[in-house]
Amino acid sequence: MATDETQRTEAFPSGIVSVGLSEVKRQIPSDEPPPLPPNAELAVIGKPTARQNGRAKVTGAIRFTVDISLPNMLHGGILRSPLPHAAVAAIDVVAAALVPGVRAILPIATPDAILRYVGAPVAAVAADSPAAAEEALRLIRVDYKPLPFVADLDVARNPASPPVHDSASAPAGDAHGFPAPAGLPLHGNVRGPATVTRGVISQGLAEADIVVEGEYRTAVQTHCCLEPHAIVADWRTDGLTVYMSTQFTAGVRHELAAAFDLPLSRVRVIVDGMGGGFGSKSSLGNYGRFAVALSRQAQAPVRLVLDREEEQMDAGNRPGTWQQLRVGAKRDGTLTAISVLSYGTAGVAVGAGVGSFAEALYACPNFESAQYDVFINAGPGCAMRGPGNVQGAFALEQAIDELAGRLSIDPLALRDRIDPSPVRREERRIGADRIGWHRRRASGADAGPVKRGLGVAQSLWGANVQINASCEVRVMRDGSVEVLSSVQDIGTGIGTVLAQVVAEVLGLRPEAITVRIGDTEFPAGPPSYGSRTTASITPPARTAAWRVLQALCREAAPVLNAAPEQLAARDGKIVVLGDPGRGMKFADAAARLRTDWISAVASRSDDYGGFRRRIGDAAIALQDLGGVQFAEVAVDTETGIIRVERVVAVQDCGRPMNPRQIESQVQGGVLMGISFALFEERIIDQNSGRMVNPNLEQYKLLGARETPEIEVAVLENYQGQSATDAYGIAEPSNIATAPAIANAVYNAIGVRLRTTPMTPAAVLAALGKIPARS
Amino acid sequence: MNRFAWVNARTIEEASAAVSATVADAMTELAGNAAAGDTAVLKAGGVDVLDLLKEGLLAPARIVSLRGIPGLDAVVEEAGGGLRIGSMATLSRLADHPVVRRRYPALSEAVRASASPQIRNVATLGGNLLQRPRCWYFRAHEYHCLRKGGGHCFAIAGENQYHAIFDNRPCAIVHPSTAATALVALGATVELADAQGAVRQVLLEDFFGPPDRDLQRENDLKPREVLTAIRLPALPAGTHMAHLKQGEKDSFDWPLADVAVVLELSPDGSCRKAALVLGTAAPVPHRAKQAEGLLAGKHIGEDLAREAGRAALEGATPLAKNAYKLPLFETLVRRAILKAALG
Repeated sequence: MATDETQRTEAFPSGIVSVGLSEVKRQIPSDEPPPLPPNAELAVIGKPTARQNGRAKVTGAIRFTVDISLPNMLHGGILRSPLPHAAVAAIDVVAAALVPGVRAILPIATPDAILRYVGAPVAAVAADSPAAAEEALRLIRVDYKPLPFVADLDVARNPASPPVHDSASAPAGDAHGFPAPAGLPLHGNVRGPATVTRGVISQGLAEADIVVEGEYRTAVQTHCCLEPHAIVADWRTDGLTVYMSTQFTAGVRHELAAAFDLPLSRVRVIVDGMGGGFGSKSSLGNYGRFAVALSRQAQAPVRLVLDREEEQMDAGNRPGTWQQLRVGAKRDGTLTAISVLSYGTAGVAVGAGVGSFAEALYACPNFESAQYDVFINAGPGCAMRGPGNVQGAFALEQAIDELAGRLSIDPLALRDRIDPSPVRREERRIGADRIGWHRRRASGADAGPVKRGLGVAQSLWGANVQINASCEVRVMRDGSVEVLSSVQDIGTGIGTVLAQVVAEVLGLRPEAITVRIGDTEFPAGPPSYGSRTTASITPPARTAAWRVLQALCREAAPVLNAAPEQLAARDGKIVVLGDPGRGMKFADAAARLRTDWISAVASRSDDYGGFRRRIGDAAIALQDLGGVQFAEVAVDTETGIIRVERVVAVQDCGRPMNPRQIESQVQGGVLMGISFALFEERIIDQNSGRMVNPNLEQYKLLGARETPEIEVAVLENYQGQSATDAYGIAEPSNIATAPAIANAVYNAIGVRLRTTPMTPAAVLAALGKIPARS
Repeated sequence: MNRFAWVNARTIEEASAAVSATVADAMTELAGNAAAGDTAVLKAGGVDVLDLLKEGLLAPARIVSLRGIPGLDAVVEEAGGGLRIGSMATLSRLADHPVVRRRYPALSEAVRASASPQIRNVATLGGNLLQRPRCWYFRAHEYHCLRKGGGHCFAIAGENQYHAIFDNRPCAIVHPSTAATALVALGATVELADAQGAVRQVLLEDFFGPPDRDLQRENDLKPREVLTAIRLPALPAGTHMAHLKQGEKDSFDWPLADVAVVLELSPDGSCRKAALVLGTAAPVPHRAKQAEGLLAGKHIGEDLAREAGRAALEGATPLAKNAYKLPLFETLVRRAILKAALG
């Protein structure tokens, strides 16, 4: 590309720090800052930094959406289908409307509507008190005409099973939330296949010296956010304000404007504290629309908070899967064929594939995958932390482990041969050292009933970027600084990272930066899904801070008798480069401003080396994110209990911005992975079609006593792609955990568990210890 | 949840006079669509009552709190060497009580393994023994099951992985109290007072009743009775005991299986008398009498313990999804016997 006035060439640090850095030349927009040096040369970025709102969180001072209380606020509630499949014959709200305090009733399922799962919304009400709302819901009379239903993946694959959808009602969408490939056929309850083919699979299998085959299953996992789905909708004649626990304030604003025919300028979305989303709070959701409609009807603010049962039944989930894998290899480990057949179910909606994991992780000339979505009468799935790849990794990484065993090649050595990624190669080296991989013994080497084992598995995830992410930085006349964006902190601590970025540029401490985020009054930030927040918002934050610093330096230059480009900001001062004695306090420079504040707004530019793919406002970076995790387990072969004793997680996210928060996120990913591997399962009673564990008592989540020692190591991997060169960590840290545990269990007991959750019942069955029933 | 009145009882007599029904009776009335009318139920720690209220399974007109009755939480050593535990003593207090820990370690282990620290801080031993079963069909108002006065057990042909392996027809619940497993093995009695001031003492083992005695009640509590105390007998010298619980998780989870063993060993080391109780196995704490008999008169060792484990599971009738409990219980019985006998 020819350089013009809008571009300039810069040399960026490139490579993995622990392996060795080189330089890469990039054309960058001329109004963006110079390359950011490696973390070792920086004052704030890359240094462990305390979460800004940490104290407010642990003291309860932070305001979550459920804490919002407005004058005259009403309380909303939703009546839900008790049946898995039914037609609404009649609905009568007369008695409900007479309950004192009821202010709005919203019909949702009109007569003749088909309800397709237990928990499907039927009607909503708003009342002066939660008790009045509950009473009104109880008094809504619905005449349901039950229809045949199917609530099991295997049963629904049978063409004779009761149809969940007709072709008109079958929703589009894949496991990543993107539209499903157009034109996929729907036969009975089975849609697909979505296929990918590379090379010739039959030839690859024929060339193989060894073929491993296996069937794997993963259970439905629900998001279980600590904070439930919550909204307070305030409809007024001059506009709509919505307080919502959301992963995407700017997106919800667009959805609201479209759904209620309002100009964007009349819609405001706000979120302060947030207790997690994991993909389930990516959009407005049906409950969000109901709350706003109720507020419009009642002309009063309406608070609507889902309870735990509603969370479990109608707030999304990770689809369950059945997968059949065939992997062929030469004696030396060289892969010749990978074949994936999958059937997954996300209930009544959204795709349920197993991702692109098997397609992209290893070099293999012959590949095929056929992925089918199966509809059942159960609550809809939605994206959940590493959608598709978490399920896909559980199968593929066990198949590779099995292959290594059959070939008598160490699992790490096999991956050195078949995995082209230099990032994961380094991660394997670091992780093997930390976990003590040399201690790994043959299966069943322990004499007693408790067997120990070590396992490893790898991760692959695309590095996502939102290209319309924007950020503003203001310097006030008193020297104080604000950073503003609608980006939301869903619990990851992005506000703290923004403060670090701005502080680094302005030569200040991060505590001195006031962070204003989570409000669409500010420049539109990115969504916090697809692990894209840091990658999307930190480059414009740095660019905006850099531009505002340039303006400040223009004010300071005459006083310091220097040209503006000779000035730099460090240690709370504006100094003259090469003349450390000459300088002035940052605040003194700010005091010279003509206006009360100066401001700069910047948006995310394209990655300097380009993107692999663009889909609307989203883009995928050229280089994927890696990750390698090691697990050490102890399996009690007499009780079937698996204890994960230790996990070493080696991850990469480009430039690590705040190691303390990254460590915290990786720990969260590992814990969620352990919980997925050992405990979590949506259990549906097949006779009634209802989830029998829609709570946190019988839906089992890992707790403090199941938490192992977790050691996190993070590579510094520079690629010269943006003003910060930072990417995400949330999803990559959740992908390798479950297969690493399964492989460790195999190493411990010599029996492979191919189904989640790996319960004591499953372990005892795999060991042949359950007597046959008479 | 319905609107209800709150009554603070100041004496046992007041409580007894204010209450009109056991929680089980009140639930059966509600499920049978009888007018909730004037029903008043007792509340100890309130853990289970609140769950039932929230699920809409219990809708009393009045809730009578026992918390304000002085002395109902007292733990007192008795003249004969036994221990009298007031029914309002919290689980966390018992877990740490020096006499319980020293003389009845199986009870302190069972209590310590229950629920979560937050729940143990409010849950009382009396409430724990009287809590309703955790069967997920029983706990959801959508299922009008046998135990709520309906005509069908949904677990037997349904999701029964956490259900009973003994005495599981026509109702397959397991008794939810882990403390009860230890208390039955210890030969505890309960003290029940009525409005007239009369007190009856019942062996805890007899107080609990299987479904064939009463499908809607797990015990013999009368409508106006107050469970006032749990009494532990004095133990002869040479008594050794253990309680083991195995959940899918250790954090805040119900057991898949739990076992209490109390052994009376002779000076020569042979077993004079054994009590062996399986919790989470049957609708009531399940005495494994055959295994107890096997231990009597013998020296405890690995082989005998293994044999007792097998004997304890004789006669089990697992359902489609809970046969894994057999090897699990066998293991726990063997380990509990060895832990009790050999430390």
